[in-house]
Amino acid sequence: METAAAPNKKTDFKPAKLGREVQARLGQQLRAMYDDVVDQGVPDRFVELLNRLEVSGKDKH
Amino acid sequence: MPMDESVRKAVLGAVPSLRAFAISLCGNVDRADDLVQETMLRALANIDSFQPGTNMSAWLFTILRNHFRSEYRKRRREVEDGEGHYADTLKTQPEQHGHVEFREFREALAQLPADQREALILVGASGFSYEEAAKICGCAVGTIKSRVNRARTRLAEMLSIDNAGEFGPDEQTRAVLAGGERS
Repeated sequence: METAAAPNKKTDFKPAKLGREVQARLGQQLRAMYDDVVDQGVPDRFVELLNRLEVSGKDKH
Repeated sequence: MPMDESVRKAVLGAVPSLRAFAISLCGNVDRADDLVQETMLRALANIDSFQPGTNMSAWLFTILRNHFRSEYRKRRREVEDGEGHYADTLKTQPEQHGHVEFREFREALAQLPADQREALILVGASGFSYEEAAKICGCAVGTIKSRVNRARTRLAEMLSIDNAGEFGPDEQTRAVLAGGERS
């Protein structure tokens, strides 16, 4: 029988603490998803909403 | 209500990130846009309570977050359904949520507890400091930090990203990572 201990060394990683690479990877994905929406800019409905509010709020001259 | 030009600019300028925040929170574009609209209406109705010189964006995020939370509680009572609810919504209507490439990530995000999800987004994507995020969520800075950590750990588990992970670019980087805990 061969010695079985050596190949299992890698499982010694502590799962509780994330490495920087993992954090960077997660951060990247999170920002990509988020920025995908940010890059859509301001949809018309919100500009129109503000315009309507302004008109209804102004006193007619 | 007469609208100050600078207020109009600031509110409109915040819309893209408010939408991104809202979509990340609720996982649904239409509902997110309703949340943003309601946030704008509330903000403008209460513009007198905004302190000039402070962060308008953080103020708007706070309004949106609180509104989402009260809605979320209401819905939760109605549906009697836990955290898995949004994840299920995502699975049944994938087209609604933008690019396919983010689907797996969105699904994982949706399975996080709401407080961890919002903390992670505010700090990791919206670019707020831990202190600002704590103010927005009405909790201690330490609470935000631990929520962000737990969120990252769970996401990494769900997405099967581990320290020696398949994403590691090469052996050399792996070697560095493996020794990384020391410093």
